[in-house]
Amino acid sequence: MTVATAPLRILIGKVGLDGHDRGVKLIARALRDAGMEVIYTGLHQSPEQIVNTAIQEDVDAIGLSVLSGAHNTLFRRVLELLRAQGADDIVVFGGGIIPNEDVPALKGAGVKALFGPGTPLDDIVRFVKELPRSR
Amino acid sequence: MTRFGIHLNKLDKQVDSASTLAELVKQGQVRAVARLITLLERGEQEGHDALRLLEVDAPRAAIIGVTGYPGAGKSTVVDQLVAAYRRLGHKVGVLAVDMTSPLTGGALLGDRIRMQRHTLDQGVYIRSLATRGHHGGLAAVTGEAVSVLEAAGYDVIFIETVGVGQGELDIATVAPAVVAIVAPGLGDEVQAMKAGLLEVAHVIVVNKGDHPEADRTLRELKEWHRSVLKVTAMTGQGIPELIAAIAEQQRLHDLEGAPTRAAP
Repeated sequence: MTVATAPLRILIGKVGLDGHDRGVKLIARALRDAGMEVIYTGLHQSPEQIVNTAIQEDVDAIGLSVLSGAHNTLFRRVLELLRAQGADDIVVFGGGIIPNEDVPALKGAGVKALFGPGTPLDDIVRFVKELPRSR
Repeated sequence: MTRFGIHLNKLDKQVDSASTLAELVKQGQVRAVARLITLLERGEQEGHDALRLLEVDAPRAAIIGVTGYPGAGKSTVVDQLVAAYRRLGHKVGVLAVDMTSPLTGGALLGDRIRMQRHTLDQGVYIRSLATRGHHGGLAAVTGEAVSVLEAAGYDVIFIETVGVGQGELDIATVAPAVVAIVAPGLGDEVQAMKAGLLEVAHVIVVNKGDHPEADRTLRELKEWHRSVLKVTAMTGQGIPELIAAIAEQQRLHDLEGAPTRAAP
């Protein structure tokens, strides 16, 4: 298998306390069906768990779902931990209930993309597929 | 965290050589371990070069295969075994294999959901592997990934196969101790197992031991296999006995210098 055909590896999970995983499971399935290897972590992950998992699994990107309102804290913590471990080449994107006014600051902090409710699955799949393959 | 001290993404750009990677793996740097497995999965030359450098003085780990029917509780048993071997002071690696879809090439790798409590334990490394078209119940890279983990200092390594039927028995060629997990209420499937799991497994575990059918399944399997145990992985009941059975198999393996047959 050559570099060009190696499947992307994507971590999909939920950080924080909310237990609504229907959306995140849909995303996981859509990415799998688009030919990617999806490491699904399930609910209630801490940023530390997400980052350790991402490093152990050597993923290309992390997609997080947050519906609890704690997105500002959680995304920033994930980015911070990735930087601390020299793993900030791993792309972070997300979705969930994230108010428009919070989006620019999160993107400024390093979140590559945020997908709100009603985003077509194809848009998310296309975004992940088109991520630059730096490694 | 200083554990990952050297920044591998910088290494990628600057001194991304096989020998540097091998050196970092020997130091037990998790990111280097993970990256090397990826390179080997992709069949890249750099990965093979690094692996060759590692195998010179690779220590010998205890390699434990865990196989069984889908839904029997393989990942939950592995989770309990990881906890137990950690209590015994071992550094534990887990390679959890799931199927790649032959239609899309994608895979949903969810075995580690059952092992989340070990995610923050620095003495545990868990890697999900997709089969990527390889048949036999394992990923093609499995054997090489074991070597990487050995070199990184993991002294107990679990290999969890895909959910198997009768034909996925490659685990017998990579693990000197193979544990097969079955759920109670097998019925006629015991007949099918005679050519398959029962032949390659050294220890058979009837999981979900609190199920009303568990004792009957245990009895039936004992007619065909010398080492059958009842475990309730959700509570940890029977795990110490399972560890003793694995140790016994490892001792036999060491004595004979080759995998022992599983016949009664």
